[in-house]
Amino acid sequence: MSLRPDLAKIASLVPPGVRVLDVGCGDGELMDVLTREKHADARGLEIDPEEVERAVARGLSVIQGDANRDLADYPDGAFDVAILSQTLQTAQRPDWLLDQLLRIGRTAFVSFPNFAFWKMRMALLLGGRMPVTPHLPVSWYATANIHHLTVEDFRDLLAEKGVKVEGSWFFAGGREIGQFNANWRAEHAVFRLSR
Amino acid sequence: MATALASQLNTLDLASPLPLDSGKVLPNVRLAYETYGEMAADRGNVILIFHALTGDQFVAATHPITGKPGWWERMVGPGLPIDTSRYHVICANIIGGCMGSTGPADLAEDGAPYAMRFPVITIRDMVRAQVAMLDQLGIDRLHAVVGGSMGGMLALSFAANWPGRADRVLAIATTARHSAQNIAFHEVGRQAIMADPDWRGGDYYGGGGKGPEKGLSVARMAAHITYLSEAGLTEKFGRRLQDRDAKSFGFDADFQVESYLRHQGIAFTNRFDANSYLYITRAMDYFDLAEEAGGRLADAFAGASATRFCVISFDTDWLYPTAESRNIVHALNAVAAPVSFVELSAPFGHDSFLLDVPALDRVVKGFVG
Repeated sequence: MSLRPDLAKIASLVPPGVRVLDVGCGDGELMDVLTREKHADARGLEIDPEEVERAVARGLSVIQGDANRDLADYPDGAFDVAILSQTLQTAQRPDWLLDQLLRIGRTAFVSFPNFAFWKMRMALLLGGRMPVTPHLPVSWYATANIHHLTVEDFRDLLAEKGVKVEGSWFFAGGREIGQFNANWRAEHAVFRLSR
Repeated sequence: MATALASQLNTLDLASPLPLDSGKVLPNVRLAYETYGEMAADRGNVILIFHALTGDQFVAATHPITGKPGWWERMVGPGLPIDTSRYHVICANIIGGCMGSTGPADLAEDGAPYAMRFPVITIRDMVRAQVAMLDQLGIDRLHAVVGGSMGGMLALSFAANWPGRADRVLAIATTARHSAQNIAFHEVGRQAIMADPDWRGGDYYGGGGKGPEKGLSVARMAAHITYLSEAGLTEKFGRRLQDRDAKSFGFDADFQVESYLRHQGIAFTNRFDANSYLYITRAMDYFDLAEEAGGRLADAFAGASATRFCVISFDTDWLYPTAESRNIVHALNAVAAPVSFVELSAPFGHDSFLLDVPALDRVVKGFVG
């Protein structure tokens, strides 16, 4: 099983033996790797009952719930690491979600699709319509992505909130790329954050 | 307990009198239990299943009175989600019950049936009796405790009061406390029993009397409605008539749903003791895990932070709705216990935990391991 590049990057960066909360964990793919390879104590939160069922069936501790509401119930500092992968852009209030992540976890990993990726810009510029790509394959009216953002938008939010960026990594075409001009070149971004 | 039946039951007499939450002590406690699958040499593969209000120890064996299959034969057996080719499953009739464990129909020390002299017991008392049973069987640690409905309450009580004794706790379609609505429905049942002249203040044993069959039957009918969903009832019966083409303009069971409920009520009286029904429903109504811990549910689970929990609810269960399960999950989260929770979609209401819900099978199998 090979993880999506952003998940593989997060998996490689999580220190061994820590307590991890994966928000929007899906069927627990990342949790599974963290448990087996990093001996992490991993917990998950996922809204889709079928995904939860698959995660529990593989022996993981996953709670069905809505991050937009249920993260408020977790105690402060309950986890060493809180992960939010490809979920920020679906949140009702991404800024609230970010605050919750950094309240619950000492470190947070956030990954998201970069809407300023050059192919997106071209599609919008030349096509004049909301882009539909292999990574964002759903039409504007049906997509769960209700808060599209760019790498620079995210950096602005972090600066506004005084969140410390401990590291950032960028991906395009299924592989990692460098930092240079990331807002133009990156399809996906991963940030490691702390207060 | 008829002697013919008693001879078919596996029983264990507790070595010591059982202290009760009421402050009283129950002497000469007997537990009737069934086991399924072989116990490993290191006794490390034991799963204790707690049955529901009207359930019993015949989880996966033919019921000796009704001749019907065990109540969870679709879940417990070789190759099934709770796999008896790998695990040694124990299920005991609760105290207060009427399938061989000490209850109101049994003889008190003066040689007469307890009837209403039986002490009021709690969910925790039921669990305490089974912990004493495990002690006598030499089983220190359980792979899992499992229960649905009232069985889920026992599983939660076990986890809260004997932390570390079970590695896994699976609580299905249950609650950490009885709501006003839950208590209200039970009170309807109890009043139906006690309003039956054949109840005689509970002294209906022996003497050839049949006991409060009418009252118990009505209690069962009312309760049975709470186990089903409105959509399920509509799909199963609608407004269809029973063996007739037109309404009778009388009070026969014109509708199929009436006929069904009457059948459920009458069939129940053949296998259940009315006083047991009173005592067990009372125990459920008294159940409030948070109250036991001083008012905060998380405190009840303070010692259980290393126990793995799985909580399952059903979207059509209005007896113990999903909000009750979430309440449990929040408390477990607050003590950082490893907990899984899922609300499954199933059309059968509260009874979904007993019926054909493939997603339930998958989750149970995955969690039990």
